[in-house]
Amino acid sequence: MERTIKKMADQPTTTERFIQGILPENPVYRQLLGLCATLAVTNNMKSALTMGGAVAFVLVCANVITSLMRNLLKPHLRIVIFTLTIATFVTIADRFLAAYMYQMSKTLGPYIPLIIVNCIIICRCEVCASKQPVITAAADAVGQSIGFTLAMASLAAVREILGTGMFFGLRVLPVAWPDWVIMVLPPGAFLTFGILLGTLNWIDSLRAAGSGKK
Amino acid sequence: MNYVIDIVLIAISAALINNFVLHYFVGICPFVGVSRRVDMAFGMGCAVTFVITIAAVLSWSITTFILIPGAPLSRWIAGFFLSAEAAAKIDLTILSYIIYIFAIASAVQFVEMYVRKFFPSLYKSFGVFLPLITTNCAILFACLMIMANIVGVDNPADAWDLGRSLVLAAFGGVGFTIAIVIMAGIREELDLCDVPKPFQGAAITLIVGGILALAFMGFTGVDSGLKKALTPEPVAQVVVSPDAGQALQLARVSKSLSVQ
Repeated sequence: MERTIKKMADQPTTTERFIQGILPENPVYRQLLGLCATLAVTNNMKSALTMGGAVAFVLVCANVITSLMRNLLKPHLRIVIFTLTIATFVTIADRFLAAYMYQMSKTLGPYIPLIIVNCIIICRCEVCASKQPVITAAADAVGQSIGFTLAMASLAAVREILGTGMFFGLRVLPVAWPDWVIMVLPPGAFLTFGILLGTLNWIDSLRAAGSGKK
Repeated sequence: MNYVIDIVLIAISAALINNFVLHYFVGICPFVGVSRRVDMAFGMGCAVTFVITIAAVLSWSITTFILIPGAPLSRWIAGFFLSAEAAAKIDLTILSYIIYIFAIASAVQFVEMYVRKFFPSLYKSFGVFLPLITTNCAILFACLMIMANIVGVDNPADAWDLGRSLVLAAFGGVGFTIAIVIMAGIREELDLCDVPKPFQGAAITLIVGGILALAFMGFTGVDSGLKKALTPEPVAQVVVSPDAGQALQLARVSKSLSVQ
């Protein structure tokens, strides 16, 4: 959160916002937002990417709409308006998935409607889209959704490979590999995410120490 | 009797086996964010249980009376404009997400105002958490589960009634409280430990949460064992695994409790 506030203060350009979403301000690893979806649907790559796509669609649409009507917003009603906008697009995404990817929508189940309360989207609407012109808001949304999808994919890759020895349903580890079933079960999500998060922090601190010495 | 068994199974399943936080991953944000101290965690848990129960009543009523095809209220209103046949076919389930989130947001707002006015001491203990709860996934998740059990069933007679929905939501809230309070207890101890620096904060919380989820997986199978033990048919079977034995014991305890 502090980073976000700091970011607001020196007003980055559109390109900067786009890049910031991908790694430096990654919504999952840095801001710890939208963890429900991140943990719940990352037991295989396919569902993780579908979820990433759905979130990207909702995020971009909601950001653009919010940005278009930013001058009409009343401060005390804005959160309600954001939520209703998001809920509309989530309904569209949900119906679309149910129509064209029925099996996947069954697998994802309640986690598609739960995008409504995904903090990433409301946070981007509040922090960026309600104050910036359309192009900036859209770039920000695209950057953030790429960051989100990357984070989901990294988690899903670890969990699917270690848990089933497969990647995208294709076998990558030898058949003799003893499947770590725990990885595709709920505890595996917590453990993998905790370890990845710690590792990322560690790499960061190493880099910071390295640049400090110079 | 069947109904009671159903209720007990739903309650145990929601609170322990399919714990909202540790099995479905809803409500992770407060689980990581507000679990620093036990009293705060307990306040948060109480607030969530309170709101989730209200939301369950709302979502059950909305779904049954307005959203499902041929719901009484929507049929009655549509009857003014359409023929009776067309009115019976009105299906508003596509609006469900928007309506739920709106109902939750307004319910939270009203509850907050009501509690602040009439129960100031209660407001002091958990009122501060109330506005945060609007965007808590656990609430919407409970609504969606109730909807799935009303709209998703093939036979209209199997649709959940208000009692089942209430039990699911209330015990889901209890399960959330259990998880977050245990977590807060562990984190209070964790402050005294020598955690590697990159892992401090969220990372170690998640790893501990993983171990907690592992522990809660031990409850798997309790429901089927309980069902077997509670059904009126004689269950004089050889106990095969220690797991089933535990379930049977638990069933006996709950049975004797219900007798008392």
